[in-house]
Amino acid sequence: MGLDIRLPIGGLFTVLGLLLAGYGLVSEKALYERSLGINVNLEWGLVMLIFGVIMVVLGRRGAGKGETGRPQVTQQRPDSSHH
Amino acid sequence: MAASGAKYGIATSHFYWIGAIPAMVFVGIFMMPFYYGSRARSVPEYLRLRFDEKTRGLNAISFAIMTVFSSGISMYAMARLIQTLHILDVPFQRMSISSQWIFDVSILFSALVVLAYILLGGLSSAIYNEVLQFFLIVAGFLPLVWLGLKNVGGWHGLTEKLPRTYTHSWAGMTNPNTNPLGVEWFGLVMGLGFVLSFGYWCTDFLVVQRAMAADSMSAARRTPLIAAIPKMFFPFLVILPGLIAIALPTQLPPVASTAAVQLVPSTGEGLIPAKMDETGQPKLDKNGKPVLDYDLAIPNMLLHYFPTGILGLGLTALLASFMSGMAGNVTAFNTVWTYDIYQSYIRPNASDAHYLFMGRLATVFGIALSIMAAYVATRFNNILDMLQLVFAFVNAPLFATFLLGMFWKRATGHGAFSGLISGTAAAALHHGLTLSAGAVPGVKGGWLGSVLHVYPSEMAQNFWTAIWAWTTCFVVTILVSLVTKPRDERDLVGLVHSLTPRPSEENVPWFKRPAILGALVLAMTLLLNLVFW
Repeated sequence: MGLDIRLPIGGLFTVLGLLLAGYGLVSEKALYERSLGINVNLEWGLVMLIFGVIMVVLGRRGAGKGETGRPQVTQQRPDSSHH
Repeated sequence: MAASGAKYGIATSHFYWIGAIPAMVFVGIFMMPFYYGSRARSVPEYLRLRFDEKTRGLNAISFAIMTVFSSGISMYAMARLIQTLHILDVPFQRMSISSQWIFDVSILFSALVVLAYILLGGLSSAIYNEVLQFFLIVAGFLPLVWLGLKNVGGWHGLTEKLPRTYTHSWAGMTNPNTNPLGVEWFGLVMGLGFVLSFGYWCTDFLVVQRAMAADSMSAARRTPLIAAIPKMFFPFLVILPGLIAIALPTQLPPVASTAAVQLVPSTGEGLIPAKMDETGQPKLDKNGKPVLDYDLAIPNMLLHYFPTGILGLGLTALLASFMSGMAGNVTAFNTVWTYDIYQSYIRPNASDAHYLFMGRLATVFGIALSIMAAYVATRFNNILDMLQLVFAFVNAPLFATFLLGMFWKRATGHGAFSGLISGTAAAALHHGLTLSAGAVPGVKGGWLGSVLHVYPSEMAQNFWTAIWAWTTCFVVTILVSLVTKPRDERDLVGLVHSLTPRPSEENVPWFKRPAILGALVLAMTLLLNLVFW
């Protein structure tokens, strides 16, 4: 147990960011009338991609050092000793 | 919350700035040591350690019922939203399934997803998911705030389009009739800021879960303090879309790119449509104005601004916000059922493997019961209002019991039990004798025949119900404790403040010390209140 939470977050955001930004690159301009002419898929996709990559890098570095500080979750099986 | 943003304006931020942050700081600094130190696995278990078996039983049973219905309500709300937005209409047509089934499929599918990840990963997967869902919600709603603000001309443009009380959180708070919440500052600070929020955060199951999951005392204490920081900025994320929705010019709602059906006729205000009755006509209030369906503020904003692509992300974020509530409640249910009801009253002294099996079974049953609750909600519209009312009656006095239990070693089990019962009764009595302005006696109050007081708004009535319940529980617990036999002090070490050694902080760097973190969080909250005064 003890998967660093930054890894799944980073992974998810990287994949979503790539999908969004990729779609933003190939989609037509007319699509963006409702978003005030901003290619929001491309721009927000890039933001998510950058965030995702940073999270993955931090998570991997943390795992390399064996650091256990960040929001890490370990499950405890409760004992029944006092019953 | 965006719903309240559109309805009440920036004053909704009180639910975070007053209604959550001070309580979270209190939990981190004062209450975590007892949860962590006592190694209680649940709130009812702490009550057994501190008081006695009957107090625990009362709390465990009411809690188990509450969690099942809460997750059922989340499920119902999500399925309703999918139906209202017509997200699945086209895919269903393609597969030539009648669109009547959308509601059922939504409920069943969400139940299966939650079931799968709780069974596979247990408590830790519920916590992981909650963190992921939080990030997803931010990613989905932040671009919405960005586009919306850009469209209305920034914060400045927003303040010009809306009445002053919508953009100043404390405007008109001296008199209940001059602010959108309809509450005066005393009711707000005491009712919401003290009784309701401390009651919720200090006895929240997730808080205890995190204490169990933390690897050290100081980590357990830091968790709610760090969690308070996003809570500070969350209002901007969820309230601003609501404000923008109401500020925009009224127009024909956009049609979702995947939807073939027009959403709603334009009888609303801004992007917020009017509520419809069964015949498809807008509902009108007493003055003949349409009743607005504020719950659709965020969904309609998403459909308005997001093109194909990011629209999917936005809708995912919306669904994530419902799912996280469901999973948390189901894990809470299986723990309380297995340890506090089954192991204690039905079958004590079984093997660990047996209880583990029971926990899994409880997950399946908890979800099945939630599905039932969701269907009950579709049948009886008022049942939701009624249940939430009962929860309020049960929950409001609980914080008085905890406060006395943790800080007054003289408090006894009999005192706590009678305090809880009479607090709940006081809440019901107060609610039955008062009414909010414009409401009809019934679920909204006044069901005891005579109405002694009329509150300017439903919110004021709720806050005061909580204040009455808390005070009654506090006084009754003290009085009964004084005439009953106190417990031996040796039994209370680690459970009561004055008998628990202070956690040592010598090796902790200053920025990780709970007291300093807590003070920082409070100072930032104060600053935010001043900025949006």
